[in-house]
Amino acid sequence: MEFIKPGINFDFVGKMKLAFGISIAAMVISIASVIWHGGLNYGIDFAGGTLVQLKFQKATSTEQIRNAFKPIGLQSVVIQPYGDNEVVVRIGDVAAGGKDISSMIDESLKAALGAGAYEVRRVEMVGPKVGKDLTQKAMLAIVFSWIGMLIYIAWRFEFRYAVGGILALVHDTVITIGAMSLLNKEFDLTIVAALLTIIGYSINDTIVVFDRIRENARKNIKQPLGQVINDSINQTLSRTILMSFTVFLVLLALFFFGGAVIHDFSFALLVGVVVGTYSSIFVASPIVLVWEKLRSSKSKGKK
Amino acid sequence: MLKSIKLRALLALIVCLAGLFFLIPSLTSDLPDVWKKYLPADKIRLGLDLQGGMHLVLEVRADKAVETTTERIANDMRETLMDKKIRFRNIERTTANLIVLELPDSASRTAFEKLLKDNYPELDIVSSQITEGRESLSLKIKDKRAADIKKMAVEQSLETIRNRVDQFGITEPEIITQGDDRIIVQLPGVKDAARAKNLIGKTALLEFKLVDEENSVDGALRGIVPDGAMIAYGTTIERDTGRRVRVPYLLKSKTLLAGGSLENAQVKISDRFGEPYVALKFNAQGAKDFDRITAENVKKRLAIVLDGVVHSAPVIQERISGGDAQITGSFAMEEAKDLAIVLRAGALPAPVNILEERTVGPSLGQDSIDQGIRSVFLGGLLVALFMMIYYKLSGMVANIAFILNLIIILGTLAAFKATLTLPGIAALVLIIGMAVDANVLIYERVREELRLGKTPRAAIDAGYAKAFVTILDSNLTTLIAALFLFGFGTGPIKGFAVTLSIGIIISMFTAIFVTRIIFDFFIWKRKIQSISI
Repeated sequence: MEFIKPGINFDFVGKMKLAFGISIAAMVISIASVIWHGGLNYGIDFAGGTLVQLKFQKATSTEQIRNAFKPIGLQSVVIQPYGDNEVVVRIGDVAAGGKDISSMIDESLKAALGAGAYEVRRVEMVGPKVGKDLTQKAMLAIVFSWIGMLIYIAWRFEFRYAVGGILALVHDTVITIGAMSLLNKEFDLTIVAALLTIIGYSINDTIVVFDRIRENARKNIKQPLGQVINDSINQTLSRTILMSFTVFLVLLALFFFGGAVIHDFSFALLVGVVVGTYSSIFVASPIVLVWEKLRSSKSKGKK
Repeated sequence: MLKSIKLRALLALIVCLAGLFFLIPSLTSDLPDVWKKYLPADKIRLGLDLQGGMHLVLEVRADKAVETTTERIANDMRETLMDKKIRFRNIERTTANLIVLELPDSASRTAFEKLLKDNYPELDIVSSQITEGRESLSLKIKDKRAADIKKMAVEQSLETIRNRVDQFGITEPEIITQGDDRIIVQLPGVKDAARAKNLIGKTALLEFKLVDEENSVDGALRGIVPDGAMIAYGTTIERDTGRRVRVPYLLKSKTLLAGGSLENAQVKISDRFGEPYVALKFNAQGAKDFDRITAENVKKRLAIVLDGVVHSAPVIQERISGGDAQITGSFAMEEAKDLAIVLRAGALPAPVNILEERTVGPSLGQDSIDQGIRSVFLGGLLVALFMMIYYKLSGMVANIAFILNLIIILGTLAAFKATLTLPGIAALVLIIGMAVDANVLIYERVREELRLGKTPRAAIDAGYAKAFVTILDSNLTTLIAALFLFGFGTGPIKGFAVTLSIGIIISMFTAIFVTRIIFDFFIWKRKIQSISI
């Protein structure tokens, strides 16, 4: 069985301008969405606050839950349904009057509904100090992983490949973040983990193409780089599509059956895999070509 | 050729068996006893997000310990100065943690200098100013000593919290310091999160103070707090309504006796009302002090203050010798038990703040495990079916490799006592998708070579050889990303990074090494003319 016929010769490099146009548009939309939403929709990992996941014995309306909180004066709580008879309660604070919010929530529900009527399934509380730490660490981790990749590719290949690879990574990261922002999904620790995974995955995909370019370039020294790149993308196309397909399959399993806790995580990975695959074909290698052209025209200018 | 195949097959077999060896205890718990004797006892360690439990990050407010020490030195100095009849004025601790005082004449200055040198070597003079023969001094704890106090405070807090947790009865808690002033507490399987937090976070500073009965509470509440007195609150339950009400007390600031003098604290049930109370037993010195205090203050009220809250303020009916006292109040049984625990374990040297909490209830953990296993199976099934359809028999070979891959990954997790978290399971699912990639790379290469008209054997040789570098390069980059993830992540995310890294390395082994053995074997044995690929 074959998805991609062996003799395929699609003119990817010729469609370079169109692809760059699409990519730049997607990135602009992503950034615009983040700005329009007034920054990322940080989850409590980064913004600080309390999250309590509750499961009720029988259907309980958010109104009932909100009423239970009235005596303790919790005003700005967000109550979201979260599966069968489950809700997630979020609040931006961690403590009030020397008592932590999660205990207050527990006590007020116990008073209003009785101890057996519900179960506290999960509590997450992140103080502002920790939130700040984590935000900083997350940013550093992403940027350093870019730099790590840059160094690795520059070492294993050449610097021009590294440029293409890294720009593709920045492209993938920005668009995935943009997709999360457009859908107003929450940005928390697991999303950062997903982003780092996408970075690893996307570069993995890209390197397979680079590897082929390197091999082909050695074989036919006289062939123009554009031709070599286009051939290499075509030759690895079947594998690129297959790999993305299998990973996409397992991620679908994770997305639909992995449970609510890692729902957004799988979603980010799904977006990332699609974008990462696109960028390996249409962004990374063409940039190597553009970089090469820029450099040669520059060196000509010097002469 | 055969020898090489046999050797490689043996190696692969050993690795697989080793994987199984470590994995079996995690799969089932009712093994025959004979097996149990030889198999390792450890199951795969589950993260708190899977087995349920509580993860806390505490911050020890070590600066408070320095404050308390400064306060104590100031009080001590006041008494010493009075004992030695050295004249002074206004000794007090400022908010900036300085001890300031005034010495009115040169005689007192000389005497104080000597006292400072002999009794208080840990103090530095920050500034001294002489105006009209009167000297204003400000003193401070030496920086090095302050740093020691802070360090001690964190160490002692760790010890105290460990004691409390042990007495609370939680198996395999993990309590470690992080950075300068943070303590991480992990309590697997804890059921009542609020109770555990209360137990850990309570400072539990027990103090006995006299109630100031010469001055009125109302006057103090209006803002005229007499020298050497303070306002503290307690709660009582109104008879008529049953509501809890806050009651103000005016107490003498001086602490007569503190929790440090306790030898034991236990919950008892009172005979009259069947209510629980906490029985205190003082140590030898404490008993002596308590005897003296009660003797000197008969018919006065002695307040029992815990963390600044007045628990009760009974009237001392008579001198109490023997070193027994009790804290009564309207306790629930659990409250009384926890109070006894914290009193036995001792007070924290400084208050702690909870910076971060992540608690997962046992039922959610189990749900996550179930969902995780379901997605691993489903993901695996989808990929296996796909490989079979797309690559036929060769796809089956890849599937064998990926089943071995899963076994060895899980076995490795168990062997190295790595923690499997929910994101870790996600990594496992992801690995299933990525592990076949190596085979896809190889097979696509083999197909290319076959199209060039090579024999099966030559095509497989070339396919493996050419794909190898690519697989290595591409997997190493994913590994680099996983390492950054490990450095950045906390708990569950670290689990993701660990599982992903182990998975990548092992999948390279199974996808390249193991599949190659199978291909080589068939080519050698059957002298096949074509490959089902």
